[in-house]
Amino acid sequence: MFGFIIRRTLAVIPTLLGVTIVVFFMLAITPGDPAELLLGERATQESLDAMREYLGLKKPLYIQYGMFLKRVVQFDLGETIWSRQKVSIEIKERFPATIELALVAMVISSFFGVLFGIISATKQYSWFDYVSMVGSLIGVSMPVFWLGLIFMLLFSLTLGWFPMSGRIGIDTNLQVITNFYIIDAIITRNWPALMDCLRHIALPALALSTIPLAIVSRMTRSSMLEVLRQDYIKTAKAKGLGQMKIIFKHALRNGLIPVITVIGLQFGILLGGAILTETVFAWPGVGKWLYEGVVKRDYMVIQGGTLLVATSFVIVNLLVDILYAVINPRISVK
Amino acid sequence: MKLLNKIIPFFEAATQREDRHPFFDQIEKLFSNKTGLAGLIIITFFLAIALFAPLLTPYDPIENALYEQLKPPIWESGGAIKNILGTDDLGRDILSRIIYGARVSITVGIVSVGIALFFGAIMGAVAGYYKGWLDNLIMRLMDILLAFPHILLAIVIVAYLGPGLKNAMIAIGIITIPRFARIVRASVMEEFEKDYVTAARAAGATDFRIIFNAILPNCMAPIIVQASLGFGSAILDAAGLSFLGLGAQPPIPEWGAMIASGRSMILRAWWVMTFPGIAILFAVLGFNLLGDGLRDALDPRLRD
Repeated sequence: MFGFIIRRTLAVIPTLLGVTIVVFFMLAITPGDPAELLLGERATQESLDAMREYLGLKKPLYIQYGMFLKRVVQFDLGETIWSRQKVSIEIKERFPATIELALVAMVISSFFGVLFGIISATKQYSWFDYVSMVGSLIGVSMPVFWLGLIFMLLFSLTLGWFPMSGRIGIDTNLQVITNFYIIDAIITRNWPALMDCLRHIALPALALSTIPLAIVSRMTRSSMLEVLRQDYIKTAKAKGLGQMKIIFKHALRNGLIPVITVIGLQFGILLGGAILTETVFAWPGVGKWLYEGVVKRDYMVIQGGTLLVATSFVIVNLLVDILYAVINPRISVK
Repeated sequence: MKLLNKIIPFFEAATQREDRHPFFDQIEKLFSNKTGLAGLIIITFFLAIALFAPLLTPYDPIENALYEQLKPPIWESGGAIKNILGTDDLGRDILSRIIYGARVSITVGIVSVGIALFFGAIMGAVAGYYKGWLDNLIMRLMDILLAFPHILLAIVIVAYLGPGLKNAMIAIGIITIPRFARIVRASVMEEFEKDYVTAARAAGATDFRIIFNAILPNCMAPIIVQASLGFGSAILDAAGLSFLGLGAQPPIPEWGAMIASGRSMILRAWWVMTFPGIAILFAVLGFNLLGDGLRDALDPRLRD
């Protein structure tokens, strides 16, 4: 097992290197002087010269890439064009918001996805099964940003149940410790702030959770259907166990193994997919920041954000792979 | 009815011959599969409105009509039969724009999936056929593309190429390449061992001929399934890019761009952003249903 983890982890390195190469060459092949692109149009001659020196523009391309890689490994992602702040600092401020949103969306979709999947599998071809399968097909066919706007129109603007956008109300006081507002509110026992945070996160998380919800419920259904056909389930039935016990004690253990993998992979996708949702709900995370970087042509933000999201995506997928091997001894380590 | 009674036996006779092409079996399977049939009907509908758009729409999708601004749909007070789904802030008929939008979305699907299929099939076939270092190289390249969460890579590519529908289609094509490459590679590897390939090689066929004339036609089933599913996700991604202002630029009647333009008047005129979303939903649903149906009909091994 340990050997497998090591090998799997090492296999990630070429992929990550590839990501840095893509990010580096994207800028290199963009027409124009990279120093000008990175500093914006209003840059002074001195800062341009300094930037050229910093990027090593007079040196050959592979040395430039080596310098770039060295900076990336040291988490030196440069300064943004617009706010003139360190990219690493901006990321530290925003990434927790993105993770928080993705986690809440993941909790919603895992819970309801598994629940719907189990009900569908145990009552195959019932009306519930039918509705939930059609629902999941619609769920994966829907533009998430549009669903977000519809939620906003219905639950916020018309019914007034939830705030329209943002992460926390302006008049809510919260002592920020971890930058995960929900956790901060719990640590400081600030219950009104917790309520406010939950009300703010509800709509974006709900919108973001539709696609994983659809995928998780489909996966749970088919996996459970397969497990329920196995002999050991028949044995359990034959010896007179109740249905609840059969499902939750016997079937679910094996049925959930592929589902957990899917949930993990979806989490990685959510980190990147949050760009649209964050933009719709003005959620101050990495996705919205990256999008604004694209609009303003802030290449430092684009580089830093892309590297961050792609790296976390790769790492999440690695962890899912390892987790899968750990919980499923049958496939271990070939 | 009488005519139908005459046609059906003829059709049956024609399709039940023992030497008929297996293609007919698969068509029959697809038509007897409710999911696939539903998808096919939806897609045919969208293709039809795209094709006959100028005949179906009384209004120009681009020209402004400043006296007709923000008219609500017909069932709301103030709505009129002239504009069944209402008008937008420039007085353009929403229904007409949605109908023309079908053209844009179908173009996006064809171009993006075309790019992905072309490069994906070549790379996958080469990797699966030659194996060894070439396979390794191509697959590592695909891994790198897959290391970016789906739409992020498209956004980044457009950020560098510059916004616009053309670049959006290219970007979506690029991010879809790995899907096809992986599937083609797996199928080619499977077919590679079979006798007909050995026979072709013994007959002295070139590698090119073996790959494209012998092997690839036998790998069509999973490719077609992926193409249908890919069409749906291309439409969805293009709508997302256009919504962010990176895809189709105004005044092109693109569904995602229409949602974006309706966003600022969501409270005053909910219909401007609502109906294009429903159009996207149905179009994508159609391709997903067809993809699922095709998978059941063509390639039972892939069923989940």
